[in-house]
Amino acid sequence: MRERRARRERLRAREFDAFVAGAGGRLLHAATLLTAEPPGAAPEAERLLVLALARTRADWARLRGEDPYHHARRELAARYALSLRRHRRSRGGLLGALPPRERLVLVLRLFEGVGEEQTAAALGLPVERVRLLLERGTATLLSRPPAGDAPARPRARRARRARAGRPGAVPGTEGAV
Amino acid sequence: MSLPDRRENEVRRLLAHRPGRPVPADLAERAGLLGTRLLRRRRALLAAAWLVLGAAAVALAAWALATEPWSVPPPATSPTGGW
Repeated sequence: MRERRARRERLRAREFDAFVAGAGGRLLHAATLLTAEPPGAAPEAERLLVLALARTRADWARLRGEDPYHHARRELAARYALSLRRHRRSRGGLLGALPPRERLVLVLRLFEGVGEEQTAAALGLPVERVRLLLERGTATLLSRPPAGDAPARPRARRARRARAGRPGAVPGTEGAV
Repeated sequence: MSLPDRRENEVRRLLAHRPGRPVPADLAERAGLLGTRLLRRRRALLAAAWLVLGAAAVALAAWALATEPWSVPPPATSPTGGW
């Protein structure tokens, strides 16, 4: 009995290790976007991810067919949502110019491809608010040159696009959205 | 494709760009250790809760057997008779 339980526990540990080996990179990227740290030096994102993954590990036996990736992502978003104030400051990452809640909406909606309603439910916000946060975050991100780690592209084209996307924008107020 | 869609796709592209950066080797180990510790604590808490529940049940049974609250107490007042 004890032997069988130990064997089952070892199997779970192996499954979990394999899961982290496969999904760790993507999850760490998502966490790094959330904490707005430069890629390569993201201790805060790592800390957040380890906490989220630990919960996934603890719930491993109770997942019952749920995708562990979804579980880990949900835990990551929940942990981050609990410490929004802590992440107000930009640390030089791509989404550093955005307030933490907009970062979370952008990452869930556009990086992870989570649906509007599911995102709203996860954050405990009305759908309209999620839509607004997404619009605002998109406008801010496209209106300013992203920090170092973004793929290089002509600046003029990006600026033109940003202007074209906001027909009512008054010249000179850019970036103040 | 509508304009907002194009802008969202642009952001999608920016977000998806992942510089080739290795995941720390001990990530799974750290999370695994913390996770099993969490699990042990959760199990201990559950065991303690069951223990408290069991003790409460035994105490209730002992008290009930001792005082027999279901037996009717002898009448404290005498019958009035005639009314």
